[in-house]
Amino acid sequence: MAPSFDHLRDEDLDEDDFDVDEVDISDIREKYEVQLEQGYDAFVVVDGLPEVTEEQKPKLVKFLLKKLNTVGKTREDLIFMPMGEDGKSMRFAFVEYSSPAEAAAACRQLDLVPLDKKHTLRVNKLTDVDRYGREGRIDDEYTPPQIEEFQEKEHLRSFMADPSGRGRDQFVMFRGETVGFSGNNEKDTPENIVDRQHWTETFVQWSPLGTYLTSVHAQGVQLWGGPSWTRQRRFAHPFVNLVAFSPNEKYLVTWSNRPISIPEEGHPALSLDTPAAATAEGDAPKKAPKFPWPAFKWSADDKYVARLNPGQSISVYELPRMNLLDKTAIKIEGVVDFDWAPATVQRDGVKTYEQLFCFWTPEIGSNPARVGLMSIPSKQVVRSLNLFSVSDAKLHWQSEGAYICVKVDRHSKSKKSQATTLEIFRVKEKGVPVEVVDTIKDTVINFAWEPKGDRFVIISTTEPVGATAVPPKTSVAFFCPEKAKGNAVGNFKHLRTLEKKNSNAIYWSPKGRFVVVATVANTQSSDLDFYDLDFEGEKPESDKDLTANLQLMNTADHYGVTDVEWDPSGRFVATWASAWKHSMENGYHLYDFKGEQLREEAIEKFKQFQWRPRPATLLSKEEQKAIRRNLREYSRIFEQEDAERISSADVAVVEARRHLLEEWFAWRESIVQEVAEEREIYGLPADPAAELIKAKTSELSTDGEEQVIEEIMEEVLEETEEIVQ
Amino acid sequence: MRPILLSGHERALTQIKYNRDGDLLFSVSKDQQICVWFAHNGERLGTYHGHQGAIWTIDVDPTSTILASGSADNTIRLWEIKTGRLLKTWDFPTAVKRVEFSEDGSKLLGVTEKRMGHLGTIVVLDIKLDVDAEQSDEKVMTIVCEDSKATVAGWSYLSKYIIAGHEDGSVSQFDGKNGDLLYNIPIHELNQPITDLQWSHDRTYFITASKDKTSKLITAKDLEVLKTYPADTPLNSATITRKKDYVILGGGQAAMDVTTTSARQGKFEARFYHKIFESEIGRVRGHFGPLNTVAADPTGKSYASGGEDGYVRIHHFDKGYYDFMYEVERERQNKLNQQQQQQTVSA
Repeated sequence: MAPSFDHLRDEDLDEDDFDVDEVDISDIREKYEVQLEQGYDAFVVVDGLPEVTEEQKPKLVKFLLKKLNTVGKTREDLIFMPMGEDGKSMRFAFVEYSSPAEAAAACRQLDLVPLDKKHTLRVNKLTDVDRYGREGRIDDEYTPPQIEEFQEKEHLRSFMADPSGRGRDQFVMFRGETVGFSGNNEKDTPENIVDRQHWTETFVQWSPLGTYLTSVHAQGVQLWGGPSWTRQRRFAHPFVNLVAFSPNEKYLVTWSNRPISIPEEGHPALSLDTPAAATAEGDAPKKAPKFPWPAFKWSADDKYVARLNPGQSISVYELPRMNLLDKTAIKIEGVVDFDWAPATVQRDGVKTYEQLFCFWTPEIGSNPARVGLMSIPSKQVVRSLNLFSVSDAKLHWQSEGAYICVKVDRHSKSKKSQATTLEIFRVKEKGVPVEVVDTIKDTVINFAWEPKGDRFVIISTTEPVGATAVPPKTSVAFFCPEKAKGNAVGNFKHLRTLEKKNSNAIYWSPKGRFVVVATVANTQSSDLDFYDLDFEGEKPESDKDLTANLQLMNTADHYGVTDVEWDPSGRFVATWASAWKHSMENGYHLYDFKGEQLREEAIEKFKQFQWRPRPATLLSKEEQKAIRRNLREYSRIFEQEDAERISSADVAVVEARRHLLEEWFAWRESIVQEVAEEREIYGLPADPAAELIKAKTSELSTDGEEQVIEEIMEEVLEETEEIVQ
Repeated sequence: MRPILLSGHERALTQIKYNRDGDLLFSVSKDQQICVWFAHNGERLGTYHGHQGAIWTIDVDPTSTILASGSADNTIRLWEIKTGRLLKTWDFPTAVKRVEFSEDGSKLLGVTEKRMGHLGTIVVLDIKLDVDAEQSDEKVMTIVCEDSKATVAGWSYLSKYIIAGHEDGSVSQFDGKNGDLLYNIPIHELNQPITDLQWSHDRTYFITASKDKTSKLITAKDLEVLKTYPADTPLNSATITRKKDYVILGGGQAAMDVTTTSARQGKFEARFYHKIFESEIGRVRGHFGPLNTVAADPTGKSYASGGEDGYVRIHHFDKGYYDFMYEVERERQNKLNQQQQQQTVSA
């Protein structure tokens, strides 16, 4: 019998030659110590399998294995599928992975994945099943979960109601470590709404309709909103770098250049409205830092999201289930870029629902380059165009999706010189006709459509764009359609070119008509040119067939400007010099649409300025028209209000000044009196120096006789020059 | 009016000072020269030779008899203004950054630098306002600044207090008789040194300038901040004008921080603020280096600025300067005039 604690012999207690601490038992401990629950961590339970018979079973196992091996390693003999007494499977299986980490990955990535049309996999850890599903753990009787009482949340759109009734737009400013919101007050100091220190770590971003403000932290992103700026939602994603919303704010994609490392947490894509987070394929965050952003492009109605696999295909996913459309990516060999139409387009003669995107492929071998317009969900290419000697192409949708302009950079046969043509697809017209603008001799570096309009501005340069110390001179050209009969839009014609500019950026008013052509992020110049394309003055004879009348309204200068943004109403333009780009004269300027400066503020470490977007108007077309018709009456009321406000503000300022002045003189009086009294107590003269000076002057005058000092001042009153002949 | 450009110095100006009558302007610079000029036409009256280091500071007694200067050669020197004669030299272990006469000229304080194991101190010397008298060697009083060294200091009304501005942005009030520390209040941003301290004409309040880009108007009696003038550049100097309720601030990006990309970055301008309303009224350009020192004529006719560029510019005020008034000021003026008239009538 082995010695045990119960049967101790006397010799065992001999402490002289027996020291417990000396005995090395680590090898025994290693061998026999029970490791709690270990061994089951690598097991998962797969539910939701189809019912199979013994014969069908190997086939199912093989099929299942394919899925299971996408996240880890397992073998056929590690899958155990219990069979019922009736010879049919019991629709679940135990699977052993080679490590607990793989099992965890399987639960995360394979759970809720459809196996086929009828069956969806449910994957759980065996230990979890054991822990939560063991007999007695679950009450036999159903007790309804307690539903928390409904608590009214703050209205997220409350910001639309300006308490002063002036429909002022809000903006966020990120300066130093502080993030603050303000209401635009035109010339006066912006009315501060909320100001918080360290609200974000890297930047802030509005959601597309202005409902939420996103703050970005090392742990993830947070959404804020409502009148009291409470946190609406928090999404964990360690070391997140970028955030993108879907157009209707339903979904949010976050991206980090580090792989997601914390298990159970952090989904690259999260949905706001559905409790079950739609998880995109987990490989997205692991791509190289040069990952194209936004990684996922959304269709205008949030129904589809697509991702480019450069050179191969475009994967289109259906929402909210986040399943691949028709289970396969759309193969387009060589595809370089694609872009969804920014609005749901109603094509002429097409009745069914569709979303459009445009893509292009470069020349491969002897095949020409190709631009295509694809309709989803039918995946039909509704229009395609072949192009030759293409070095690059950029896709520019008009805001309503009525046109898409493909800016094609072409090289000559020697590949030396570059020229640009614009291929404009008229999406809404029958058969999608393509119009080519090939009158441009130079390289176009920037292009912008008029929002909701059909005019555009380009900036071109003769020299190749490269990292030169002095940016090349550019020219700005305006294009508009010719006048045409009825509702038709005529051919695009060149309106005017302005040469020898430095401009490099185009900012259209969100309402169209006005455009700012600016020179940004340039150390030499920083012009902001404000143009009106529907100038109400006289129209030059040469433009009489065109649908625009161009007029330069004003030129402003904001030294070191890095960014320009129109407010959502198209009434104001904010320009700012961000400390992210350089540290010279950081701060912002505010202009009205005419280019008149309203405000200028220099703020140290000013980083970011963003107008709060507004959701689309709820007024119908007729209502909007009615307002436009009666604009004069409305504006009269507003003008009156403005005048009153200004005069009342003036009164307040004067009152405050009067108060300051009184306060100051009251203080002066009291201190002067006090000092005088004190002087008297000390027996000092009222003016400490007067006596001394008197003494000195008397001393001087006794020294010598009184002197008269004369100084002659000459002043030239007038000078005339006459030439005498 | 066109400014008068005084180009008598070869290096950066450190301090300029008008005498009490506003007819003389004294300037010192790092080129070891003291110059005295006629304020009304910019003619140089003379120079005072003797210092062997950059001169940091200068002051003139109320009767314009004696001149005191403090220098990096670790001395305070006393000069006869009329003749340029050196009257007295006091030696110290470190450089002297600030000197100032008391209101009656009977005392002189000096601020010494903290260096080489010596703490910064404020010393007080007795002065006899007589060019022929023997000046005493004794220091009447020495205040040691143990926490943060004093950068500037001055005498209040009645020589009751010594007010000192410190390197850490705080302001101290010492008893003028025995040197006891009465208060030390953090006024400017922490560790943004106070660069200047100038008095109102009756020494009941003073203005500070600081590297924290603000200037403040403070009472001498209880160190209460009355006004704050924010600027967009580090400030080197601030002064209070007579006749009109303005203050003038001078500063600019330090030479070493000025980027080479743009001259406009420097902000080398004298800024005028309304003393009571704290609003900026105007700027005067001209220097092509930071303004190191500004001074206002005690008679209210002009102001002068000395820059890192080695020039002193004297600006005489135009009519417009005197005429400019806020409506509330005019209101008050009219009221006062009326009262006066009534008094003369009744008299």
